[in-house]
Amino acid sequence: MNGPGVAWYLGIAAFLFGTGALGVLIRRNPLIVLLSLELMLNGGNLALIAFARHAGNGAGQIFALAVMAVAASEVCVGLGLVVAIHRRRLVLDVDQLSELRG
Amino acid sequence: MILASAGNVLVWIVWVGAGFACLSSAVAVISFSNPFFSALSLIGNLASLAVLYLLLSAEFVAAAQVLVYAGAVVVMFLFVIAYVGPRMETPWAGGPNWQAVAAALAAGSIFLEVIVAIGLKAGGRLSHSEHVGRAFGTPAWIGRLFLTDHLLAFEITSIVLLVAAVGGVILGAHTKRTAGDEASA
Repeated sequence: MNGPGVAWYLGIAAFLFGTGALGVLIRRNPLIVLLSLELMLNGGNLALIAFARHAGNGAGQIFALAVMAVAASEVCVGLGLVVAIHRRRLVLDVDQLSELRG
Repeated sequence: MILASAGNVLVWIVWVGAGFACLSSAVAVISFSNPFFSALSLIGNLASLAVLYLLLSAEFVAAAQVLVYAGAVVVMFLFVIAYVGPRMETPWAGGPNWQAVAAALAAGSIFLEVIVAIGLKAGGRLSHSEHVGRAFGTPAWIGRLFLTDHLLAFEITSIVLLVAAVGGVILGAHTKRTAGDEASA
């Protein structure tokens, strides 16, 4: 394998996952929370593809494509929720949308 | 020998460029106050990730990444952001409160945990990768895997997408009806 080894790619994947987790935890706009979730999923995808290349096995790439489909579904439902919240004239703030909290 | 080492250096240069773009655009996504700019920097993140996938000889996944994410997901994000209107929010306003500090600690500990796990547990074993053939990662190879070994995953993926699409339609249609009821009442 030319160039950097798998561990370097895993480092980038870990940083992406950590950055996405930080965004999910500190941001209050639900749109940016969804974008940060995309970052976390991409970090997982990068690790899967790096391990697929490392092991010479295709299952990791298949799993990455499945994760991509799940991410598209999550965005579909999440943006539907954001639009529904906006139509009810509620504030788009995850700290104030706490009516379902027990 | 000289040609091989020149190719090696080239791969390292491309890796450093794509990795730096990937990390900086990830930080930009979570630090812009305008969600419009965050969605635009997510496009940069996805493009640099596609370059990294190409370096890992995953050609089909790189193409699908650009098509699915930059072509569909980010366009949908931009549409919704334009629909609800950009709502400004400064991430670090009013000094560091306990919630932001705890969030930074949690995210940093996740990052450190993964790095330590890679370094300690698998550092020696990760240095030598398998040799793969030219067909690795090509669309024909992925398609054959999807329709032979991983057929169940392929079918379940289609069901998940269908359920999500129906859920999105129901979420949109339901609130429209209640808004009409409130307006008529």
